[in-house]
Amino acid sequence: MSTLNPSQRTVAESEGTAAANFRRFLRRTPVQITLIFLVFIWTLPTFGLFVSSFRSADAIQTSGWWTVFANPFDFTQWSLQNYVDVITADAMGTAFLNSLLVTIPATVIPITIAAFAAYAFAWMKFPGRDLMFGIVVGLLVVPLQMAFIPMLRVYREIGLNGTFLGVWLAHTGFGLPLAVFLLHNYIASLPREIIESASIDGASHFTTFTRLILPLSVPAIAAFTIFQFLWVWNDLLVALVFLGTGPDVTIVTSRLSEMVGSRGQDWHVLTAGAFVTMILPLVVFFGLQRYFVRGLMAGSVKG
Amino acid sequence: MASVTYDHVTKRWGDVVAVNDLNIEIYDKEFLVFVGPSGCGKSTSLRMLAGLEEVSDGDIIIGDRRVNDVPPKDRDIAMVFQSYALYPHMTVYDNMAFGLRLRKTPKDTIDGRVREAARDLGIEHLLERKPKALSGGQRQRVAVGRAIVREPAVFLMDEPLSNLDAKLRVEARALIQRLHQRLETTFIYVTHDQVEAMTMGSRIAVLRDGILQQIDTPQNLYDYPLNVFVGGFIGSPSMNFFDATLVSQDGELLVDTGAFILPVPQAKKDVWSQETGRRIVLGIRPEDIHDPEYVPPGVNPSPVEAVVDVTELMGNEVFLYLKSGNHDFIARVDPRTSAAVGNSMSMAFNLDNLHLFDAETERAIR
Repeated sequence: MSTLNPSQRTVAESEGTAAANFRRFLRRTPVQITLIFLVFIWTLPTFGLFVSSFRSADAIQTSGWWTVFANPFDFTQWSLQNYVDVITADAMGTAFLNSLLVTIPATVIPITIAAFAAYAFAWMKFPGRDLMFGIVVGLLVVPLQMAFIPMLRVYREIGLNGTFLGVWLAHTGFGLPLAVFLLHNYIASLPREIIESASIDGASHFTTFTRLILPLSVPAIAAFTIFQFLWVWNDLLVALVFLGTGPDVTIVTSRLSEMVGSRGQDWHVLTAGAFVTMILPLVVFFGLQRYFVRGLMAGSVKG
Repeated sequence: MASVTYDHVTKRWGDVVAVNDLNIEIYDKEFLVFVGPSGCGKSTSLRMLAGLEEVSDGDIIIGDRRVNDVPPKDRDIAMVFQSYALYPHMTVYDNMAFGLRLRKTPKDTIDGRVREAARDLGIEHLLERKPKALSGGQRQRVAVGRAIVREPAVFLMDEPLSNLDAKLRVEARALIQRLHQRLETTFIYVTHDQVEAMTMGSRIAVLRDGILQQIDTPQNLYDYPLNVFVGGFIGSPSMNFFDATLVSQDGELLVDTGAFILPVPQAKKDVWSQETGRRIVLGIRPEDIHDPEYVPPGVNPSPVEAVVDVTELMGNEVFLYLKSGNHDFIARVDPRTSAAVGNSMSMAFNLDNLHLFDAETERAIR
């Protein structure tokens, strides 16, 4: 072995890694093929809808969406008319704004409350802490349908029925147990020494929370933001019950379900309507997805 | 710039007593090291002083103020953690300035102190980096820097070097000692490494099972261990122990281990003769057992026949694992030794450095 000169050794090593790479490639290929296949069959229907939403009503009725690929650069077969129609004539535009008006506060409020609560449950000492945390998490098992009737009664008493505030509070209440649970698990796993160090440095609980916990919890908060945002945006039931379908308060999901009833034959409008409701969740997901994989904690402790 | 006093301090978690009736007076500007095996209560003692753990009983006094109920931030202390506990989303500069900003220190003062500390620690060029872009040694320096800029009355360090590799550890040891000399502040340092304790401490407190075993200067701890535990804990390789009895014969006082007999030197005779006939533990450090051919001057040797079991060459010295009767022991001898495995040798025990402990209480007989 000692007679090997440096260049020979390099060759031997690179051959070794090439072989290893090849083995890794072989091992991974079945996995990758399976993944690609799954992604393909999951995406296909959505993609079909997407293509259809840009075709004219006549074309949709007479030929399959895949026929456009015969000559994809024939721009006469593409049209934005469906979107114009659905946003103006079918009031999807107003519904979109209403949905935003419901979803943004109904996401921000529970996360704000949950982050404070999660910090307190994880790092503040007070009597009954574990019991209270247990109760909050226990609420996860309560089906939200069970709460509708008692809540509607209360809402009627205090005049919250059919208001945005009412639906914000409802979503906040339904979202909090999971939010507290998820954020607590993350915040409790932050290194104890960091929080102790802050307390020696002179940070109050509030400073510790705002200056350390919040920035360090961005991945967890972003992850939960996605969950809550998608859930509220796609929710139909809670909105129907607490907001109703009045013209000024209808949200996209309610509007879409109405359209399925009233314009069930008009595929061109429904496909466009579906994509109007989908566009924002897609943006939110792709905008925040890097927080799912990002390791913000790297470098805080140990070497 | 403050003294620290533990006055009958006890820490209990349910039925578990982590620290039991600890009484220590730490002088101003002293470098006190808490040392002991894991679970001995040394970290808990430090954390109580920092205010991170509540005191179950007794008082902790910093300067002339009882601090039991004072929150950590008002105790005028700074702490370096084993894991460094840097704030991962802040730059090195912000990490160091964090505590000062919270105290509303003027901006100029903060900047001056941070830059001065960074210069002292050789991390000036890293100020704009985030912790994750630093090596272990650099992170450790930042953690120390964060403590320095606060200019506290007492520095607390909880095993700050145990995450460093051996070479960095030696450098960091020297760095902390230099800091202590320059800052002239009280340092309290926790470690499980007796080498760190011996090299750094102006005094060392040895703890075991929550009980203070002995507190003294490193030299006194080494020369006069108060009990078997301290004798065995301080020094590497650790002290050899032999079950033995003290016997009196023809006006001589002898230590009889069953395998060999050692005469007690004149100076110790008066004290030890009171224990005649009792079961005792004889302790002798490996460095007090010499190769018969290379006995240094000033040693009062007595021969003990032994067989060499294993030899370990360290370069500047040789460790001999020896067997005499049913006793095993280690000798640390001159590297020129001709000892080989299987050899029978007449080892020279230095009688001036024998340690005798009571077999029941394990306390030193003085």
